[in-house]
Amino acid sequence: MSKINNDLLKKLLETFGPSGNEETIREIIREEIKDYADEIKVDALGNLIAIKKGQGKKIMVAGHMDEIGIMVSNIDENGFLRFTNIGGVSPFTALYQRVMFVDGTLGVVGMEKLDEMKDLALSKMFIDIGVYSKEEAMKKVNVGDVACFYTPFVQNGDYIMSKALDDRIGCYVAIEALKALKDCANEVYFVFTVQEEVGLRGARTAAYGVDPDMGIAIDVTTTGDTPKCKTMDVKMGNGAAIKVKDSSILTHPEVKKLMVEVAKENNIPYQLEILEAGGTDSGAIHITRSGVPSGVISIPCRYVHSPSEMVSVKDVESAIELLCKILQK
Amino acid sequence: MLLKKLTEACGMPGGEGEIREIILAEIKDYVDDIKIDRLGNIIATKNGKPGFAKIMIAAHMDEVGLMVKSIDDGGFIKFAQAGGLDERILVSKPVLVGKNKIPGVIGAKAIHLQEPEERETPLKTKQLYIDIGAKSKEDTEKLVKRGDYVAFDSEYVEFGNNLVKAKALDDRAGCANIIEILKHEYDVTIVAAFTVQEEIGLRGATVAAYNINPDIAIVLEGTLCSDVTNVPEASFITKLGEGPALSLMDSRTLFPKNLAKRIYDLAEKNGVKIQYRLPSAGGNDAGAIHTTREGIPCAAISVPCRYIHSASSVMSKDDFEGCKKAVKLFLEDIKEGEYIHE
Repeated sequence: MSKINNDLLKKLLETFGPSGNEETIREIIREEIKDYADEIKVDALGNLIAIKKGQGKKIMVAGHMDEIGIMVSNIDENGFLRFTNIGGVSPFTALYQRVMFVDGTLGVVGMEKLDEMKDLALSKMFIDIGVYSKEEAMKKVNVGDVACFYTPFVQNGDYIMSKALDDRIGCYVAIEALKALKDCANEVYFVFTVQEEVGLRGARTAAYGVDPDMGIAIDVTTTGDTPKCKTMDVKMGNGAAIKVKDSSILTHPEVKKLMVEVAKENNIPYQLEILEAGGTDSGAIHITRSGVPSGVISIPCRYVHSPSEMVSVKDVESAIELLCKILQK
Repeated sequence: MLLKKLTEACGMPGGEGEIREIILAEIKDYVDDIKIDRLGNIIATKNGKPGFAKIMIAAHMDEVGLMVKSIDDGGFIKFAQAGGLDERILVSKPVLVGKNKIPGVIGAKAIHLQEPEERETPLKTKQLYIDIGAKSKEDTEKLVKRGDYVAFDSEYVEFGNNLVKAKALDDRAGCANIIEILKHEYDVTIVAAFTVQEEIGLRGATVAAYNINPDIAIVLEGTLCSDVTNVPEASFITKLGEGPALSLMDSRTLFPKNLAKRIYDLAEKNGVKIQYRLPSAGGNDAGAIHTTREGIPCAAISVPCRYIHSASSVMSKDDFEGCKKAVKLFLEDIKEGEYIHE
């Protein structure tokens, strides 16, 4: 019997929140956690910081609220929108996907006629919001407006499929850990960060403000378990992944050791993760001020940065349990 | 004229001394305190009234240029880039080498000596050299040494519809505008940062923002403008003569919309032409400033510059004046207590 909170997950995943536009998702998270945190604040960049008071070490847990998206850069005479990416948006995954603006306006991503599909680039693509003129388009959308993918949340057996699992699933893990954390010796700062997808920007300023003794980011990682994919020793369903390295961080050996020990002591399924390209909030946290020993708990995720990312419920539960036990230790 | 003086002076990244001297002389009577930090940034404070926010206004002093790498036996100078330049624009440009501004020209093998395939591809930096008219290595070494900076030799010229052609409008236009802004009185405290080494990675602004720790920051810049023939409108980024451009997003910063919108609306209400800079690559000092300490909300307002990062960039004097007006309107509009963070 799954313990997963589907209502909350659906809300987190389907909410709009590309980098720099995290207001809506922030309010949803704030509402969800307000009865569990001792103090909640929002910093100048928009990071949501929830504090669970304690006498021990100061630990920063970071999950990013933002998702990849697009920004409108031009509207033509016929009402078609040209756009640019916010974070890692591939033209091939974006093609013919639906996108949603903050007010709920929907559109579909189309492309110019190309001689060869390999020439596909965002500059040759446009968004069609179903209008016939620039004037009509501008009643709904303006230059500088942003949109995210529009795909409903799906749970089917052990897997979840949705947009924005990167990193709302990390937010979910942090929220559930905060709720489960009754009395904790340590002082825990649950930080729901902004602008991770464009360069770990929120985590940088949040970590400066929090000035923690240890940092733990919760984020998705890619897997090596689909046909003829890049070799990687992480499988969906094999447990929470404890990061060893990625492009942004070499996990502090003591943090890695602690995570592995806690997983073993509590029989929590885990796997070690070496991610060759990509980074997450710990990359910014660990080089803040005079250095913060940091690590990452990852949720193995297929099809990262697509409208249909996929994770395993079992892995999510392992991640929550692992995080809780680490925070209590 | 101030902008003429600033653009004709030379200041490559790490060698901003000449620009710094001009600015210090211009602002000294209008500010309460001037510091030069260890990287070379000028940090000038103009005190406002108690209870009002501290606003950092930044523009970078450095410009893109070249640096002497070696001198060959014939006395020709091999060079490297100091800041991001399109190497295709270098050939045949007159330049000034070193502190004494030795005139030279960037040369290349004549076209009739080039192999057919060489003619097909633009000349690369390593195929180019600077000729200062010397007879030998010894001759050149009397005037030039390795590490000397090289600037484009380009005069400030006004032409056409109130336009200006000059080198280094990016970002002497911003420097000139801050100088003018400092000549007026405000309720807010203004900390002007004339930064170093923007062109090679926002380095001056990184430490200046840490030191100043402002409530918010405004970056004044010169920015891309490709409203020219054969470019589709969707790729213009900004339009010349349509007013200064407020940034929404670039490679380094997602700008808070409410701040940009307030500046935009204030300008529009007061009859100052203004436009948004469409999202594109590139970055400016805001990229370093906004992630400083616990985060500093930033706006960037730029003078559109055609042919930016070349010997002959072109801007509209109307956009330049508009930039100053838009910033002043915003500074005067800030109420007591607004933007102040603990």
